[in-house]
Amino acid sequence: MNYLHSIGEYFLMLKGTFHRMTKGSVLRGLILKELDDLIIGSMGIVSFLSFFIGAVVALQTALNLNNPLIPKSLVAFAARQSIILEFAPTFISIIMAGKVGSYITSSIGSMNVTEQIDALEVMGINSLNYLVFPKIVAMMFYPFVIAISMFLGILGAYTAAVFGGFVAPDLFVQGLQDDFVPFQLVYAFIKTFLFAFILATVPAYHGYYMKGGALEVGEASTTAFVWTSVVIIITNYIVTQLLLS
Amino acid sequence: MIEVKDLHKGFNGEEVLKGINFTFDRSKTNLIIGQSGSGKSVLLKCMLGLFTPEKGIIEYDGKPYAEFTDDEKKDLSKNIGMVFQGGALFDSMTVEENVLFPLRMFTKGNKKKENLERVREVLKRVNLDGTEDKMPSEISGGMQKRVSIARAIVNRPKYLFCDEPNSGLDPKTATVIDNLIQEITHEYDITTIIITHDMNSVLEIGQKIAFLKDGVLAWKGDKSQIFKTDDETVTDFVYSSDLFKKVRKAQLQGL
Ligand SMILES: Nc1ncnc2c1ncn2[C@@H]1O[C@H](COP(=O)(O)OP(=O)(O)OP(=O)(O)O)[C@@H](O)[C@H]1O
Ligand SMILES: [Mg+2]
Repeated sequence: MNYLHSIGEYFLMLKGTFHRMTKGSVLRGLILKELDDLIIGSMGIVSFLSFFIGAVVALQTALNLNNPLIPKSLVAFAARQSIILEFAPTFISIIMAGKVGSYITSSIGSMNVTEQIDALEVMGINSLNYLVFPKIVAMMFYPFVIAISMFLGILGAYTAAVFGGFVAPDLFVQGLQDDFVPFQLVYAFIKTFLFAFILATVPAYHGYYMKGGALEVGEASTTAFVWTSVVIIITNYIVTQLLLS
Repeated sequence: MIEVKDLHKGFNGEEVLKGINFTFDRSKTNLIIGQSGSGKSVLLKCMLGLFTPEKGIIEYDGKPYAEFTDDEKKDLSKNIGMVFQGGALFDSMTVEENVLFPLRMFTKGNKKKENLERVREVLKRVNLDGTEDKMPSEISGGMQKRVSIARAIVNRPKYLFCDEPNSGLDPKTATVIDNLIQEITHEYDITTIIITHDMNSVLEIGQKIAFLKDGVLAWKGDKSQIFKTDDETVTDFVYSSDLFKKVRKAQLQGL
């Protein structure tokens, strides 16, 4: 019953978000700020993680490839597939649920408990639009983050495989091109878009509708992380089932 | 003028406001007093449309709030200034940006220069010139309160709501703020509603007073009446401090 109530409330929040728009010039400033916080601010950690995850994936594949009948180019092939299909879009999004998600929940939540949201409403501003809409717009640039993550992941794999002396450079490049299905990229970016939307809205929901004080803001952030991850994982399963099987 | 008629509001089945009737006059400082938890803030938030009452009518200059269209509500919000109990400053903005915010929201076209001038002017009125570029977290609680007042009046509202505007201020600053609010009320000819705990404020600016007790309007009058009434619920509250008890005793003995 409670879950149903929350789900209903979540969709009502979405409806309220795209309603009674805030003044354009103000909104533009808010979107730029969110772009800086949510997208630019995530680049560092995403780049770092992607490079080393790519490297470890290549390393593990190389170390476990003992059969001389299997070509070494498989290292590149395996790295490409796992990075493009899952590591970059899904795994990085779970990390972002912690970084971006807790930032969104705590910033909206603290505005909630200190009556800043009431102050917006008194001024006749649709606080949902003011707070949530710019975050959704900013997160529509999230696929760029994931594109960079894919690139750096494969670069990491190349570094580990080639400079580690496991695979020759030309073999690695050939492996990268083996059996490439362009639709898999489309699939990866479709789900990235969905994850971006989830990353912006589920934590916003938890911040906007929480009640209490500073302590509850912290609790809401934790709950938001758990639920954002759960929703991302379930969405991932459904999208994969629908698009790839 | 704001009129409240038979207002009821509860949370989770528990009634907080139990049928309030009161008229807040224009060009007067209307005070709401009463113990902590008596429902003062809830009453204010009902009037502002932040809470929807279960029953009752709130009229802005004769027109029921429930009948306002979306456009009229927007128009009304341009004319409302609110000082929240905790200040409610936007903590991602500087003092100047906070005070500028309502102007930016409501002025059409590019009036940046006029707007900034107006911000300087109101900041000066609350004795805060020089703090423009500070963040709310960098100034004291009392200063935050005053920034909040500046933000509420910057738009020259028709209705000014203040939830304990001078709590947490030293007596001198509190008096300055009281006088400022009273001045503005007369200068702009507006309806001002102030929640307060402070008996000094009652003495200074209590032009009309509503006394709430457990969600009921227990007494109404003005500052000249409140210290004379024999109504026990009022005297209990007004003379709860020892100092005022002594004053009362002296009064009764005709000193
Ligand atoms: N959002 C809310 N949800 C549930 N109960 C609430 C809410 N807001 C207020 N209440 C309850 O309403 C009652 C009156 O609260 P209110 O904030 O109006 O008190 P107050 O008179 O302003 O007190 P104070 O002087 O301490 O500010 C309290 O019992 C409070 O618990
Ligand atoms: Mg209160």
